[in-house]
Amino acid sequence: MGFQLRVPFRPWNWLLLLVALKCSRASSDLNESTNSSAQHDLNVRFAAASFEPAETISVFSLDYDYVQIPYEVTLWILLASLAKIGFHLHPRLPSLVPESCLLIAVGALVGAIIFGTDHKSPPVMDSSIYFLYLLPPIVLEGGYFMPTRPFFENVGSVLWWSGLGALISAFGVGLSLHLVCRVPAFGLGDVTLLQSLLFGSLVSAVDPVAVLAVLEEARVNEPLYMMIFGEALLNDGISVVLYNILIAFTKMHKFEDIEPVDILAGCARFVVVGVGGVFFGVVFGFISAFITRFTENISAIEPLIVFMFSYLSYLVAETLYLSGILAITACAVTMKKYVEENVSQKSYTTIKYFMKMLSSVSETLIFIFMGVSTVGKNHEWNWAFVCFTLAFCQIWRAISVFALFYVSNQFRTFPFSIKDQCIIFYSGVRGAGSFSLAFLLPLSLFPRKKMFVTATLVVIYFTVFIQGITIGPLVRYLDVRKTNKKESINEELHTRLMDHLKAGIEDVCGQWSHYQVRDKFKKFDHKYLRKILIRKNLPKSSIVSLYKKLEVKQAIEMAETGVLSSAGFSVPRPAQRIQETKRLSPEDVKSMRDILTHNMYQVRQRTLSYNKYNLKPQTSEKQAKEILIRRQNTLRESVRKGHSLPWGKPAGTKNIHYLSFPYSDPQPAGRDARVADCTGNSDSDSEFPSSPFYTPPRTGWLQERRGTQEIIPMKSLPRGGKPPSFGSQRKTSRDEHVGGGGRAALRPKPLCHTVHEERDSGEDSEEGASAGGSQWSAEHRPSRGHHRSHSPLLRRK
Amino acid sequence: MGASHSASEEVRELVGKTGFSSDQIEQLHRRFKQLSGDQPTIRKENFNNVPDLELNPIRSKIIRAFFDNRWALLAPLMVGGFVLGGGILPWNLRKGPSGLADEINFEDFLTIMSYFRPIDIAMDEEQVQLCRKEKLRFLFHMYDSDSDGRITLEEYRNVVEELLSGNPHIEKESARSIADGAMMEAASVCVGQMEPDQVYEGITFDDFLKIWQGIDIETKMHVRFLNMETIALCH
Repeated sequence: MGFQLRVPFRPWNWLLLLVALKCSRASSDLNESTNSSAQHDLNVRFAAASFEPAETISVFSLDYDYVQIPYEVTLWILLASLAKIGFHLHPRLPSLVPESCLLIAVGALVGAIIFGTDHKSPPVMDSSIYFLYLLPPIVLEGGYFMPTRPFFENVGSVLWWSGLGALISAFGVGLSLHLVCRVPAFGLGDVTLLQSLLFGSLVSAVDPVAVLAVLEEARVNEPLYMMIFGEALLNDGISVVLYNILIAFTKMHKFEDIEPVDILAGCARFVVVGVGGVFFGVVFGFISAFITRFTENISAIEPLIVFMFSYLSYLVAETLYLSGILAITACAVTMKKYVEENVSQKSYTTIKYFMKMLSSVSETLIFIFMGVSTVGKNHEWNWAFVCFTLAFCQIWRAISVFALFYVSNQFRTFPFSIKDQCIIFYSGVRGAGSFSLAFLLPLSLFPRKKMFVTATLVVIYFTVFIQGITIGPLVRYLDVRKTNKKESINEELHTRLMDHLKAGIEDVCGQWSHYQVRDKFKKFDHKYLRKILIRKNLPKSSIVSLYKKLEVKQAIEMAETGVLSSAGFSVPRPAQRIQETKRLSPEDVKSMRDILTHNMYQVRQRTLSYNKYNLKPQTSEKQAKEILIRRQNTLRESVRKGHSLPWGKPAGTKNIHYLSFPYSDPQPAGRDARVADCTGNSDSDSEFPSSPFYTPPRTGWLQERRGTQEIIPMKSLPRGGKPPSFGSQRKTSRDEHVGGGGRAALRPKPLCHTVHEERDSGEDSEEGASAGGSQWSAEHRPSRGHHRSHSPLLRRK
Repeated sequence: MGASHSASEEVRELVGKTGFSSDQIEQLHRRFKQLSGDQPTIRKENFNNVPDLELNPIRSKIIRAFFDNRWALLAPLMVGGFVLGGGILPWNLRKGPSGLADEINFEDFLTIMSYFRPIDIAMDEEQVQLCRKEKLRFLFHMYDSDSDGRITLEEYRNVVEELLSGNPHIEKESARSIADGAMMEAASVCVGQMEPDQVYEGITFDDFLKIWQGIDIETKMHVRFLNMETIALCH
């Protein structure tokens, strides 16, 4: 409701913001003019008071110059953020239009206003700002969120394609434009070969991030996704290296002076720059992983270590004229794995969000600035140049895609189909990178810079708006092979089994290929790297971690759906005593199925959801993970004791037995097994009449595990009359933890009424805490973050 | 393999049966001889010579797979198989006597290997499905150690324990509970709504297929068989 109400107001937001911006701009311009006229007194202010008598203290004065730059930067970022918020308020817009379109549009709007009022466009970008501040976060984010396994599974094709693709397209576009420029009729005679090559290199830097979101949505097959992801990741680096080398050429020589030696040196340099960058990245990655090993007690600075070392790798590489982009990418990829295990859960979350935020800010700024600089006088429209650029970009991309994939398909067991290749071709969306590089062309070397910028902008607009919007329908139309991943324990198990099987078969064959490489690396990793780099050699197996993750998920789901669906289980069934192995009661199955259908679809398991602009909500589960991991250890015991989860039932209910079987209905599959542990022991307890979990059929196969359990003293459950109070208790407790009430404060008095011997108080409290956490998280889903605040609800003593 | 004439004959036959190229068969045969120590058959002990296999957590399962009679021979009935670009697909499972063989000859060896051939791109949908099914059946039998056509909880647990055995930090308990969870999940995927007195005995092959639905095993379960000599890892 409120959402619909808000939409109409959106324009007002914009307007307000624009007014604010314009004011600032106006005032700054005013200042600038004053400054330029009177250079010497920098202290000229609006307020005459501060100008004339320096001795008197003015009551009110304005010092805009002092804050101008941060002030304007803040406003820009704010504008971008508000634009994004507005964009995502609309129900269907985000699925139709890529976000970059919106940002450019907003930028263009602002640019139009600035232009219309005859102000100068803001000096947001220059070369050093771009390369030192705006670019690194974008690249770092890409590297850090790279899905490692699929990437390395396709590493050959990815490198082949993203490396050579950029080169072919750069040289192709450059050379063909050079030919076009030789036609006298177009008036492009003064564009030299080097200039067109340079232009080719910058205009072929694709930025398919917007496309990635679409592909993610459409769930295309993994290799295709990885191809485009890899391109997004590595393409920047390659284009920038090429760009810098060509700039160096342009600076050093007149065109005629270039000798073959120089060209060879340039090629060698290309390799050195790339390899050196990666080398430094890896080194810094290991160093930072090693350092995080010791941050146990000062976890607050953990994110700082990660960011500073990544940035340092970038700077060091740049200092040595190596590729900083590749360095920071390699650094992120290297350290991620180890850092994630070393740092605390909170730091981990911080790192991720901060990284997203930084990259999103820089990219937004670039896009908006691109929009701003679209409108203005600094353009030179040359029909021939613009049209040929556009055409050549497409043609050469097509050529490079089809040629390169033709070659790499010969080596792939499962080649990319023509459809896949079409999608890759079509995903050649240009973005912030191209624009920045074009914008940063030194005017002294490029007299026709304006024309280059214009042509770049046209290409960007064309690809972002037309291709970006139509690629979704195209993917659907072509019906590209989809991946159909479910996140399930079974799948993880099977995949792992198959991995080992394949490696084993290769061993038997005595053949050597990438399964073995992976196996070897894993062994090496386990033997040496992890020992050195990781704090405690914690057990880490993808099965275990997936299992834990699912458990978290299910616990959350359970807490959510518990309220809704418990009614379905309200019919008490007579307890049967049939001991039969491997048997599931229908309720269990049903509830599990509910959980599964709610939880498990549409989650990519290996290729983590990647969205440039946002973290998927699923990541928030990681926050809950810590709790649930602890829970895992104590679950068995706690289950034995029985639970009181009053929230499962609305206040006033008469079905008292629910108090003792809180987990009964949306029992997560994994935990289910353990809950069922108590089944065997509770047989004799006649007070377990109705929970599906106490239905005997399942007893057998779980019983064997736990023969020696005590009978749960459920009799001590004070049953009657209590339920009505739960509603209010729930509220209070919630209030309490929102208010930051600690566990200690809440703990002392048992609020629930299951009376039990507490076997181990620490353990119990943990369990209670975690259950409370999950409940709490369900109720406060959006702002989960205080999981550890402990609910008293589950206290039972 | 005896005289050169009969050898080439034999190779041709094997090419037809397994779909490997003759180069690949030569290659594998060399490897076979290396493993068996120039004997016509391989025994279980021979697999101990593969140093890299030693660290494989499911080593025993892999070795067992080679000696399992269930997919032992290229049964005659499959010869009519599907001739495609690469040759005849050997994926045929004779419901033979279960149990373990003591030794296998080269043909058996090759049969096992042929389960890991990548799917031919030229195959049509039906053949891909068939292929997929056979690959899955192989996998299924890896789990189903007593070959009663069901992966019981016990068997599942064993597999999980083995998978996790490489890591000493993981307790058996957690392996078990993972298996339990997986079983639950499987039950819910496969059976859906169960009758009150229904029993879920274990994962049958049909259920197994259901679990794998949508996971493109055909692109995953394959090993790249090379035509040329690679580094021999067996010393």
